[in-house]
Amino acid sequence: MEQIATLTWSDAWYLAPEITLSAFAVVLALLDLFAPKSWNRNFVGWLAIVGLAAAAGFVAWLMLDFQHAGDNPQVHELLGGSYRVDDFGNLLKLLFLGSSAFIVLASLGSVRTADVPIKGEFYYLMLPAALGAMVMASSGDLITLFVGLELLSITTYILVGSRKRSGVSSEAAFKYLVTGGVASAFILYGMSFLYGIAGTTNVGLIREHLGPMVTDYRALMYVSFFLMIAGFAMKVALAPFHAWAADVYQGAPTPVTSFLAVVSKGAAFAMLYRIFMNIVIFIQDDPRVHDDLYLALAVPAAAAMIVGTAGALRQQNLKRLLALSGVANAGILMIPLALQVTLLHASAFSEFFYYLLAYAFMNIGAFAVLTVVSRHSGNESLSAFAGLYHRAPWTAAAMTVLLCSLAGLPVTGGFFGKLFILFGTVQTRAYWLAAILLVTTVVSYAVYFGIIRQMYLRSGDEDGGLRIPGPAAAAIWISVAATLALGFFPKPVLGWIDSFFAVRVDFWVS
Amino acid sequence: MLENIPVLSCILLAPLVGALLVLLLPKQQGSWHRVTALVFSVIPLVLTLWLFASYQTATGGAPYTEHFTWLSIPLSRDLGQDISSMLVNFDYHLSIDGISLPLLLLTSVVSVMAAIASVHVRKRWKMYYALFLLLETGMYGVFLARDLVLFFIFFELTLIPMFFLIGVWGYFAREKAANRFLVYNGLGSAAMLLAFLILIATAGFTAVQGTDGVQIAYSGSYDVLLNNIADPNAYANMDPSQTGDAGLHLSEGLKNWAFVLLLIAFGIKIPIFPFHTWMLRVHTEAPPPVVMIHSGVLLKMGVYGLIRFAAFLLPAQLEDWSTTLAVLGVINILYGAVLACVQKEFKLVLAYSSVSHMGIVLLGIASLNEIGLQGAIYQSVSHGLISALLFLIVGTLYERTGTTQIDELGGLAKSMPFLSGILLTAGMASLGLPGLSGFVGEFLSFLGLFGSMKWLTAIGVLGVLLAAVYVLRSVLGITFGPIPDRWTDIKDARFVEAVPMIALTALIVLLGVFPSVMTDMMQQGFNGLLEQIQQRAGG
Repeated sequence: MEQIATLTWSDAWYLAPEITLSAFAVVLALLDLFAPKSWNRNFVGWLAIVGLAAAAGFVAWLMLDFQHAGDNPQVHELLGGSYRVDDFGNLLKLLFLGSSAFIVLASLGSVRTADVPIKGEFYYLMLPAALGAMVMASSGDLITLFVGLELLSITTYILVGSRKRSGVSSEAAFKYLVTGGVASAFILYGMSFLYGIAGTTNVGLIREHLGPMVTDYRALMYVSFFLMIAGFAMKVALAPFHAWAADVYQGAPTPVTSFLAVVSKGAAFAMLYRIFMNIVIFIQDDPRVHDDLYLALAVPAAAAMIVGTAGALRQQNLKRLLALSGVANAGILMIPLALQVTLLHASAFSEFFYYLLAYAFMNIGAFAVLTVVSRHSGNESLSAFAGLYHRAPWTAAAMTVLLCSLAGLPVTGGFFGKLFILFGTVQTRAYWLAAILLVTTVVSYAVYFGIIRQMYLRSGDEDGGLRIPGPAAAAIWISVAATLALGFFPKPVLGWIDSFFAVRVDFWVS
Repeated sequence: MLENIPVLSCILLAPLVGALLVLLLPKQQGSWHRVTALVFSVIPLVLTLWLFASYQTATGGAPYTEHFTWLSIPLSRDLGQDISSMLVNFDYHLSIDGISLPLLLLTSVVSVMAAIASVHVRKRWKMYYALFLLLETGMYGVFLARDLVLFFIFFELTLIPMFFLIGVWGYFAREKAANRFLVYNGLGSAAMLLAFLILIATAGFTAVQGTDGVQIAYSGSYDVLLNNIADPNAYANMDPSQTGDAGLHLSEGLKNWAFVLLLIAFGIKIPIFPFHTWMLRVHTEAPPPVVMIHSGVLLKMGVYGLIRFAAFLLPAQLEDWSTTLAVLGVINILYGAVLACVQKEFKLVLAYSSVSHMGIVLLGIASLNEIGLQGAIYQSVSHGLISALLFLIVGTLYERTGTTQIDELGGLAKSMPFLSGILLTAGMASLGLPGLSGFVGEFLSFLGLFGSMKWLTAIGVLGVLLAAVYVLRSVLGITFGPIPDRWTDIKDARFVEAVPMIALTALIVLLGVFPSVMTDMMQQGFNGLLEQIQQRAGG
């Protein structure tokens, strides 16, 4: 029987990012409650950004601290290994916190009180959601992972429904609640089988116990794997479990949509990585498990790329379009994991993280532009972008860069992200995956250039310039700059990932 | 005087600088944009002319080569005990040789002429010239790049400006043409990327024993690939049993796949029948200066890619596929020629004639000998100049008449003697009249192929006869015969329109009379390839 480990004061330093975030969440909730009604709730948003930035600062500090400690990458385990501070988690935490901060920034000044009556809640609920994502990225225990997942899910259920007076939003929240609940149930059910076989919830111990039992419990293991994959596929919107995405994305306020697309998706991937990399990597006696699991992960990925791209082709509502593009991108993000479980491929995490980074910037930027444009024209359809070049040439140029990145055209972050993932598939000789990735990418040109066509080749109904709130403009242009920087100088970022991340230490729970 | 500056980078970057400058100029000043675009197109022309004049066949492109590592990406830190680093290297590597230099010169000439011909553009000059210059950078990059990924990036870079140039400034069905262009070429690029990555993942692999372990690198460098594929001791050529399951072996099957993918990729661009439909639309719907670039240079990127990557990297596959290539070439020649004979729209006549002429290029490549390969490049350059000239005329004509239907035109020699004279010359060059550049290219290509495939050559030559039919039918239909009343008062070409016409005509005559200005340097460019093919035939 293991002893129940408790937190000590010295652990507080390692939990500084999480503590900061929860403290900010509580304080902001109280501030929002007691501040006079007449105050504009934007100050909550600014303070939320401060909280997210402070947490990100602590994460960065921890990473540098680990790096300075010596050549061997370090980890710190808390609570008997159920929580881990390692560079896998830290890198993803930085991404989640940064993305959340950008999303809040983009929504400042562009979310209207008439639309979202609970603006205070809207801003400070981003903090527990981000906290949930952080827990998902850095836990080494099935139960802690699940707690993180639920923290993220429940807060996002509320956020999706925050356009209280809109029927679409309520419908979206309801659908998200139901599908999200089903997904959580699937994951939990799958985990229970794993616990049943291995007798522990610690991911590292599961790995050790599972190795010798493969031959006896193959069927049960597969049930567990497939249930978890199905649950996670729902969470990240992989085909054929993606049907909720378009409705929910459409109903949610646009900043929440981009939060779902970037942070929720990224966090679910983080959890998926953590579990599967740990469990699978040591079942070495049996190559069949690797092959089967590779197919179980690669087939939904391929399906998602095909279904997402094909669905986006005929989509007129831009939020639904980006939801389906998110489905296709989830498929692309799944490829490195699928390749890594074959054990032939060593660099999958860098590829995954790089594309996630590029994906985060291009999505946050595109959703920010969408917020601004649809606010002006009052609808979210493709035609809202008609003649944008004449109304706001610089915004149109920014959107063009972001769309090129989504389409994977050079020289953008999306291009190099896809290139590295594609190179991985070719290296492991998964040519069918490479072919699907390439063909869907080309078809997606038609999707994204459809928007570009509206911006440049159509004339809009209304004249007059587009007013863009300062914070939203900042978020858009930082996204564009980052997208271009990732395209022109991918080396520093990949070198940076490599300088922190080491498969042996950071993935595997000891 | 130019030895110490990176000439190739200057050629590559001058249009890009021009594009940025155009973007900074005030919107209203149309003439400023035009002059800026022209100046920054002339700079590369001057530099390529200087390169052309100072190029020594003995040293080749070595004195001008620029090479440094652009991206060196660490793949993973956690490797085996004896491996110290694992990198993916993509280089910034520019170079020229006897194959790329003529095409580079063609690009700069056609760009300048197209920039001058853009006087007829009437809306959104600023964006037009910015995209035009960006397109130029893409084209120079394609002919200069010696790294597979760099080449791919420039190849793709031409897509975006072309999409806009067709879609915004084109004729009635411009959007459909732009979409068609994008999807077809996108598919081509996808096939190319897959083939490139297959080559990089196998033949690009090198392992060097360093002091603290083996340094493993995947490289996209053309030179590295060329060496590794030819080297029997390279990992790509080792038996899979020696390298384990790392997947480094470039088997014959994989080589065939790579070759077919490259053939599809560049075949769409050239275009090879049945991938030609997008190009007909571009020919009819894009604005004439853009068609000058498209027909004059962009199609040749396909030829260049096919020779540079498919032929040089996979010579054995080229040999295996040479009959197929020749058959495809003959189909292109006859299909294009027959359809050109029945078109009523002059632009479509020219489009189908391009299909036909590009078929001759394929024959040249399929011949696998020095004469044929020289013919392929020569025909590319010559066709580039001729079709640029023809579309320059089309643009000028359309400005005045508003139509390019052959039925509606006629007798223009009376009202526009100068333009009609140039049109007649261009037509003669197109049908391969000796003394003009078209003849040399066609003659060399057919001569090359005749050695190996006599029957196919004989059938292909029929296309040249048909060329006389469709060229004379359309050109004479436009210039001679009764002149409709409404065309009696139209004015002949203006000075600004006449200058590029005269320049292009002069070049066509020059290349027709003195083919050796180019053939010598081409000869040197193909030496390596021919040696490999002969070695294989001998061994």
